[in-house]
Amino acid sequence: MTNKKNGFWGRFLMFLMLFFLYAPIFVLIVFSFNSSKSRSVWTGFTTDWYVKLLHNSAILNALYTTLLVSVLAAIIATIAGTFASIGLYNMRRRWREPLLQVNNIPVINADIITGVSLCILFVFLGRRLGFELGFGTLLIAHVTFNIPYVILSVMPKLRQLDNNLFEAAQDLGCTWMQAFVKVIIPEIMPGIVNGLLMAFTLSVDDFVISYFTAGSVETLSMRIYAMTKKRISPEINAISTILFVTILLLLIIINVREAQQEKAAKKRREEFKQ
Amino acid sequence: MKNRRLASLSAYPYVVWMAIFVVIPLVLVVFYAFTNDAGQFTTANFNEMGSYTMVFVRSLVLSAAATAVCLILGYPVAYVLAKESAGFQRIALMLLMLPMWINFLLRTYAWMSILENTGLLNTLFSDIGLIALVNKIGSALSSSYVPIDHFQMINTQGAVILGMVYNYLPFMIMPIHSVIVKIDRATIEAAQDLGADDVTVFRKVIFPLSLPGVLSGITMVFVPSVSTFILSKLLGGGTTMLLGDLIELQFMGGAYNPHLGSAISLIMMIIVMVCMALMNRFGDGEDQAVML
Repeated sequence: MTNKKNGFWGRFLMFLMLFFLYAPIFVLIVFSFNSSKSRSVWTGFTTDWYVKLLHNSAILNALYTTLLVSVLAAIIATIAGTFASIGLYNMRRRWREPLLQVNNIPVINADIITGVSLCILFVFLGRRLGFELGFGTLLIAHVTFNIPYVILSVMPKLRQLDNNLFEAAQDLGCTWMQAFVKVIIPEIMPGIVNGLLMAFTLSVDDFVISYFTAGSVETLSMRIYAMTKKRISPEINAISTILFVTILLLLIIINVREAQQEKAAKKRREEFKQ
Repeated sequence: MKNRRLASLSAYPYVVWMAIFVVIPLVLVVFYAFTNDAGQFTTANFNEMGSYTMVFVRSLVLSAAATAVCLILGYPVAYVLAKESAGFQRIALMLLMLPMWINFLLRTYAWMSILENTGLLNTLFSDIGLIALVNKIGSALSSSYVPIDHFQMINTQGAVILGMVYNYLPFMIMPIHSVIVKIDRATIEAAQDLGADDVTVFRKVIFPLSLPGVLSGITMVFVPSVSTFILSKLLGGGTTMLLGDLIELQFMGGAYNPHLGSAISLIMMIIVMVCMALMNRFGDGEDQAVML
């Protein structure tokens, strides 16, 4: 953009913004190690709250549910999303464009509306088919909001794909299936893995949609919600810290992978030019 | 070409899935909004919403205020960030987006402990003598002054706005930054060569060109703000009920009435759709923020 560099005030403004964004999280983490229940006065260092977490069966159950639903939903959504992307990519434009618009609905719609509308569907079907909201409906909801993100990360890789590769493989004696498994899948793999990680992260993080579709089952976010509504306990701070570190690691992995892919792609392009 | 036709078959299961779990639920919302318990057509649900006008107004006003604050805070940051080197920008953008990946509830909870009556800020204010100072001034000004021992920050509408700003501010910075960064240097240099000073360059060139990003940012802050629930419960003390809370109450709370809930959801859906249509028409840069 402009040719003028930022002076002191520009940098200071950015620093203030980051301070505003991180200070509350920092406070949260610091007070997870506070020896008293106070959230404003520091009384000494302890890891008791983390130990307590390990003995809190409600939290452990919720954590188990969250991990189970996130892993299952991420895997199902990734497989379904990959096949869907390949199918959509090969469709005629006339059909593809409107279907991609529908695919985007859960991404752009307000979470509460996605949650409420699924809640209505599940209650409606449940009454007629005789089931109740629970783990099954929670899983379906998670798969539903994950697939669009998988498609959004696989689709660009398909667009970058050289169409001749597929035909070349077949000319060299591959069957249709072999060409698909040996050529197409490895080429779009980075997109698939990013989609998987994205789906998993979104599932772990979700509260609103789970809240409306889980019935009596409880995810970790729902547990946290129940805890914040009642009494405040530093155990919440301890969970926050653990989640923060986990998410941080996941995002570092995603970003490092992307950077490596970009580097590899650049290198390949340069080799090609020579 | 035959192969492509064959490959397109693999999208069909997902098309069916979308029909059942994306389209039909939304159709059901519309259906419920226009029917009563007996399944007869009615517009009573929309008439009933009249008694919740206050909630609608409050939701729109608080969300608009939060969006305005985000714009005022976010624009300058996006602007100065765009002047930095590419590497600096990459890291700064990552740092800006990172908090967005922490659970919404936890981010809000963090502010609860800061704003509480016995919270971190009030403790700080009393330690540096600010509260004592206020009391001294207060009692000097009026004889009927009642001394305070804390500032009321939590359970106010201000706290709800703060919660919205904190949670969605990066959604304002990202799209604005992404359009400013794309502005051609030559355009700015041309303006300077023609005698424009910095203020004029900003007012006549940079700001107009960044408007699509501003519009995206406004949408991306306003939509989640207006549809949020629990934020007002946690920071507003339940006194400032918002649209999201009203919907939740109709489905999960004591006031079970999915028909009214659907009618309110339908209105919210229309608000979201209008915002999105505006953004798609004039906006730019929304992809970036969605994908980190």
